[in-house]
Amino acid sequence: MLRALFEKVGSAAYISHLDLMRLFQRGFKRAGLPLTHTHGFNPRPSVSIALPMSLGMESRCELLDFDLEGEALSGEEICSRLNEALIDGVRVLEVYDNGRKLKELSLMDCQLVLEYDSGVPESAGEKIQTLFSQEEVVVEKKGKQGLTPQNIAPLIRSMEIFAGEPGELTLQCRICCQNPTLNPMLIAVAITKYLPECAPDFVRCCRLELYDAEETVFR
Amino acid sequence: MTELKLRILPTVQKPARYTGGEWGEVKKNLDAVRVRVAFCFPDTYEIGMSNVGMRILYGVMNEMEGIWCERVFAPWGDMEDAMRQHNLPLWALESQSPVKDFDMIAFTIGYEMAYSNILNMLNLAGVPLRSKDRHDLKNIVFAGGVCAFNPEPLADFIDFFSLGEGEDSTVEIVSLYDQAKAEGWSKDAFLHAVAKIPGVYVPSFYRHEYHEDGTLSAIVPLEDAPEVVTKRIVEDLDKAYFPTKMIVPSTEIVHDRANLEVFRGCIRGCRFCQAGFSCRPVRKKSPEVLYRQAVETLEHSGNNEITISSLSTSDYRGLKELTDMLLPYCAQQKINLSVPSLRADNFSRELMEKLQTVRKSGLTFAPEAGTQRLRDVINKNLTEEEILTTCSRAFAGGWNSVKLYFMLGLPTETDEDVLGIAELVYKVIQEWKANAVNKKRGLRVHVATAYFVPKPHTPFQWEKQITPQEYLRRCKLLKSHFYSKSIEYDYHSPDLSRLEAVFARGDRRLGPVLETAVASGARLDGWDEYFNYAKWFDAFQKCGVDPDFYTVRGYDEEEILPWDTIDVGVTKKFLRLERKRAYAGTVTPDCRHGCAGCGANGLLKEVACDA
Repeated sequence: MLRALFEKVGSAAYISHLDLMRLFQRGFKRAGLPLTHTHGFNPRPSVSIALPMSLGMESRCELLDFDLEGEALSGEEICSRLNEALIDGVRVLEVYDNGRKLKELSLMDCQLVLEYDSGVPESAGEKIQTLFSQEEVVVEKKGKQGLTPQNIAPLIRSMEIFAGEPGELTLQCRICCQNPTLNPMLIAVAITKYLPECAPDFVRCCRLELYDAEETVFR
Repeated sequence: MTELKLRILPTVQKPARYTGGEWGEVKKNLDAVRVRVAFCFPDTYEIGMSNVGMRILYGVMNEMEGIWCERVFAPWGDMEDAMRQHNLPLWALESQSPVKDFDMIAFTIGYEMAYSNILNMLNLAGVPLRSKDRHDLKNIVFAGGVCAFNPEPLADFIDFFSLGEGEDSTVEIVSLYDQAKAEGWSKDAFLHAVAKIPGVYVPSFYRHEYHEDGTLSAIVPLEDAPEVVTKRIVEDLDKAYFPTKMIVPSTEIVHDRANLEVFRGCIRGCRFCQAGFSCRPVRKKSPEVLYRQAVETLEHSGNNEITISSLSTSDYRGLKELTDMLLPYCAQQKINLSVPSLRADNFSRELMEKLQTVRKSGLTFAPEAGTQRLRDVINKNLTEEEILTTCSRAFAGGWNSVKLYFMLGLPTETDEDVLGIAELVYKVIQEWKANAVNKKRGLRVHVATAYFVPKPHTPFQWEKQITPQEYLRRCKLLKSHFYSKSIEYDYHSPDLSRLEAVFARGDRRLGPVLETAVASGARLDGWDEYFNYAKWFDAFQKCGVDPDFYTVRGYDEEEILPWDTIDVGVTKKFLRLERKRAYAGTVTPDCRHGCAGCGANGLLKEVACDA
């Protein structure tokens, strides 16, 4: 099994998980890299993307697992041929063999940029920091059974807050991304719920890096 | 700070349809672009990106130096609401520029129920709806597609129509605009010049006059406009432009596959079918050219499915040669080859079995009418025996579902014909009982009836449409004669087909109706989620237009028809003759059994009709 580390940025952020798989399947075909197929009734090309992401989020650390038919090619070769066949915003950074088991993936760094159209509210940074230092911050999480309350405080390992561009506040967070999973957008939902005076007008979110439970970079 | 549009995107369904940026999209440097064309499809992205005609013309225009053609689609309701709330004008995908910044605004129209979308899109773009309210050369609005064969309901809104196949004429039109813009012509000067391009129809150059009973008394060409405008065709399809580098959507569309058009026109002559007459004469592509284009298209797109398309694929003479070349390639590349529109003949059955190595698709028939008598009237030469033989073979081969499509309200139809549908379905079920290999899995027969809509340029162009009440009575009559649990019967509410009938044969008096309906919120009429007949009913009332005039009244053979200015190649004399034969129950054999003399071959100068 081969693994590609890729980024999904710009307008590609609006491509859904299933559509992205299709996009890669076609990309491999255009690149002349034949994917192996499943052996079921309807053979499907074997590609899978770890940790599905909400529409509109960007990422610099997506993982794609796949297998190729024919003779082995170098990671660099696959990487450059794929990038020739992909669209703007989806770029493969690295292709390698023997990636770690996905179940060892545990933490993720992500960046939330809170946009305030009439300027960042007074001491918003401190208030947000205080909010997430509490033991319980409960928000409604959308799931298959409808909305369920989730305490997100324990799922945030660390949070650093910077003043970014004018009217922006940047939160850099290390969060749990698997068992249990925290959708980083819920951090903004919590801010709007607990600190209505600090509710942002818009939030951008980007995944930055993946780690195992020991906080070692995951590949 | 994130711009407004990007803030809206995460809040709407399927945002990828508004961003552009797909594989194969054409981008140009604006400094080197002289003419910008916004090519609008009056329906959603998923429908529009499945349209082959639009893909061809997108390629044609972008091949031109100094011309940049971009795509525009109708937004879904949630996006439209957001756009209106935030005053965000409609934009084109490639550059994300507002449509009102473009020189030319083109529409391709294949379905009458998209008319509201055309007006709604112009409105969302901030472009005045009526042609007479757009004074400059900029934002000139033109349209083509099958609906342009009766353009009158849109005459108030569209500056000019391009009739027929656009591979050549679009280049001529856009080149002329290029010159006009460079030389600073007025809109009026351009319209006079563009009207001289064969196949171009400028509605404002014609005055429509009416009798007291509402029928047309005269169509008067003004100034030096031609009395009749003849549609354009491409004679040699092998030499015609065909883009093998096509856009591959990043989100799923309706026909998410490569598409190979094998020929144009139809030899069959089903008397209700507009495409069958208006797309004549028959011209084919050679299997060698098609194979090369198929391979290039597949290699560029990375698609894992390709479909062969035409009005009746079994009638393509090179089908065996083409599939013999394509099947091994597709098998080796793990590409699914699908061949829709096959007839129930022997070769097709064998081909169908070969195709099954990849995937078992459904079995669909469109007998259109329940009795042989009525099938003879409409000239649908599909016999009961053909249907039953194919079904029995398919059931023996493991199929367990069939779809059967019919129309209700066809000329001369009686209750006996309606019940003939139930009888035919019963016989199909008997075939299954006699032949099925695995009866435990059960049988599903899906039956659907459509409400017959008489279309211009067909032998039935003068026919009455039955009333909606009568249509529903026939649906219920049929339903009460379906006894088996295997049958699923679908019939649509008659309102949409009734409206389709109004606009299909409509005239210029429908312009205000369209405008009124759109102003009250009519849009996306082809979608059940949005179609609202009440809005249209109100618009007819407000404008004092009786929809029955266009539907249940029927047109007299001597009457001037709104589309008499448009010549699609088939003569009116032939359509009259075909109508007589229909009433006599006389079949007209397909064109390969002797030319029936429709007149369409008169459009050809270089090659002969391939029927």
